[in-house]
Amino acid sequence: MSLDRAQQLEMFRRMLRIRLFEEAIIAHYPVGHLSIGQEGAIAGACMALRDDDYVTGTHRSHGHPIGKGAEIDPLMAEIFGKRTGICKGLGGSMHLTDTKLGLIGESAIVGGGFPLATGAGLSAQVRGSGQVSLCFFGDGAVNQGTFSESVNMGAVWKLPVVYFCENNGYAVTTPVEKSHGQPEIARRADGYGIPGVVVDGQDAEAVYAVTLEAVERARAGEGPTLIEAKTYRFDEHSNRLAIPIEYRSKEEIEHHRNERDPITLYRAVLQARDLLSEVEAIEEEVRKTIDDAVEFAKASPEPEMSDLWDSMYVNPIGMQAGAEGL
Amino acid sequence: MTMRNATQKLSYLQAIVEAQREEMRRDERVILMGEDIAVYGAQTLFDEFDEKRLRNTPISENSFVGVGVGAALTGLRPIVDLTIASFCYLASDQIINQAAKLRFMTGAQLAVPLVVRTSTFYNNRTAAQHADRPYPLFMNTPGLKVLAPSNATDAKGLLKAAIRDDDPVVVFEDINLWGKKEEVPTDEDFLVPIGKAAVRREGGDLTIVSIAGCLPHALSAAEALAKDGIEAEVIDLRTIVPLDKETILASVAKTGRLVIADNSHKVGSVASEIAAVVSEEGFESLKKPIQRVAAPQVHVPYNAALEKQLFVSKDRIIEAVRAIA
Repeated sequence: MSLDRAQQLEMFRRMLRIRLFEEAIIAHYPVGHLSIGQEGAIAGACMALRDDDYVTGTHRSHGHPIGKGAEIDPLMAEIFGKRTGICKGLGGSMHLTDTKLGLIGESAIVGGGFPLATGAGLSAQVRGSGQVSLCFFGDGAVNQGTFSESVNMGAVWKLPVVYFCENNGYAVTTPVEKSHGQPEIARRADGYGIPGVVVDGQDAEAVYAVTLEAVERARAGEGPTLIEAKTYRFDEHSNRLAIPIEYRSKEEIEHHRNERDPITLYRAVLQARDLLSEVEAIEEEVRKTIDDAVEFAKASPEPEMSDLWDSMYVNPIGMQAGAEGL
Repeated sequence: MTMRNATQKLSYLQAIVEAQREEMRRDERVILMGEDIAVYGAQTLFDEFDEKRLRNTPISENSFVGVGVGAALTGLRPIVDLTIASFCYLASDQIINQAAKLRFMTGAQLAVPLVVRTSTFYNNRTAAQHADRPYPLFMNTPGLKVLAPSNATDAKGLLKAAIRDDDPVVVFEDINLWGKKEEVPTDEDFLVPIGKAAVRREGGDLTIVSIAGCLPHALSAAEALAKDGIEAEVIDLRTIVPLDKETILASVAKTGRLVIADNSHKVGSVASEIAAVVSEEGFESLKKPIQRVAAPQVHVPYNAALEKQLFVSKDRIIEAVRAIA
């Protein structure tokens, strides 16, 4: 099934929201790990999901809720650490989680999301809810034990999970070929008896198509799929990390920025389909959404110490704010 | 429906199985996961529930605990059997970084109604990699509740309360108590409240706070001391987090003397925390220094005679009491 016009424009909107959200971060509150360059992989995958499908993410967390369609104001306020933030200012840049859209945590422990996504798939299977769980992770996370442990459990129990690798080529500074005995990540699927698929992560519609196929397999009870989307991170691993070595060449970075920008590529596709005026309207709309979100975040109050205590337990049994000795 | 006040004679281990059976019957969201769960006491559950709700897991401790967390986030109430408490270290990333923190880190958007069951296998000739009692590690982790029942009734009532609780709970079961039988309530709604210690023996001369499998030793020490005219009050802690300071402080206010029996390693132990709390909040009541009876800071040896000497015994408790009597 291909995307209709409204869905194509929505996918473009989500990609652009990720890009401009992060450009606003660079301009106004320079923290965190940016997804600029990886928007096609993220939005393409999310467009294949239902609103009630589950998503787990990573420390590079901004794109996942935006890709799933989350409201921008609470995400921007979270970046600023404000009380109106989606996580009340307690989670921050690496943990933008909006549970209203099925996000169940962005793990800044690399590989921490594999078991959570697998458990959400188990839950969907036990409850017979028809939901699917999609696990975003990077190429570096594949070398954590939780990848092997969790994908194996997903395969053994035929859980409705899509393991989606945003392979941007580098685990911080270490290239895939220097950290993987066998650098084709999709081929790891063979070890668990599940399909492994490679897709161009800069081609959002191609990502959508392979993800949809995996989602449909999962929903039909046929178990997990491993997708490797080949993408590229335009900026540094982290905004605040000054990396003294040149681990990737300027030519390589410029090539991706100039020739392989997923937003430029998709804009050209939509223009060729006579959707330029719609695209321009979206560009104006998204700029305003982001500007408004920055104003909202700046004007929002700081969280209180009591918010920390109030977020600890559902049922604190004496372990609340002001409890003596705690 | 069973009669209120009706009981049946169950071992500690049988009581755990019955707690799980009752809660699985009561709430279809309850599932049980773990390695070889059919072997470790739960075989009769397989007669009643299917493999959808009873998951025999691969040997992947960190991930199957995390799978439990993920399922807890999304509408189930999983019980994860982590079998041997020394395996907690393998799963500690998912217990500490995910289960304990996810509610907080999402600004209370999420809840983690997960129970992790695990057994302390000390005094069992399994050597140092199987014999730990690591509950102090989890006492030092905000966001968890930590239980350590000492008898069959509490094993059942506390586990049922844990399964119904909306926060992550780690239950330390003590294999030295597995075979101990007693009359256990059969009422399906019999719960032991989390966070309440129990006074097992009243006395006015000193307080013994006992954790998990120390209780039989504490009670027999108290009986022996009574023959010499020393009346010990014995408190069974039952819940490690939240700590029932009120019961401990009230007893120390009465007796002025405190001995704490804890089979974890002495440094940074639960006993240490209780001693600190009583020093901070009950110092004026104390007539003598607090005594900790705990495992020394060496590892658990294979040799049975040496192993036995590391742990709390009637004689070690009596010796500690004599030092402050």
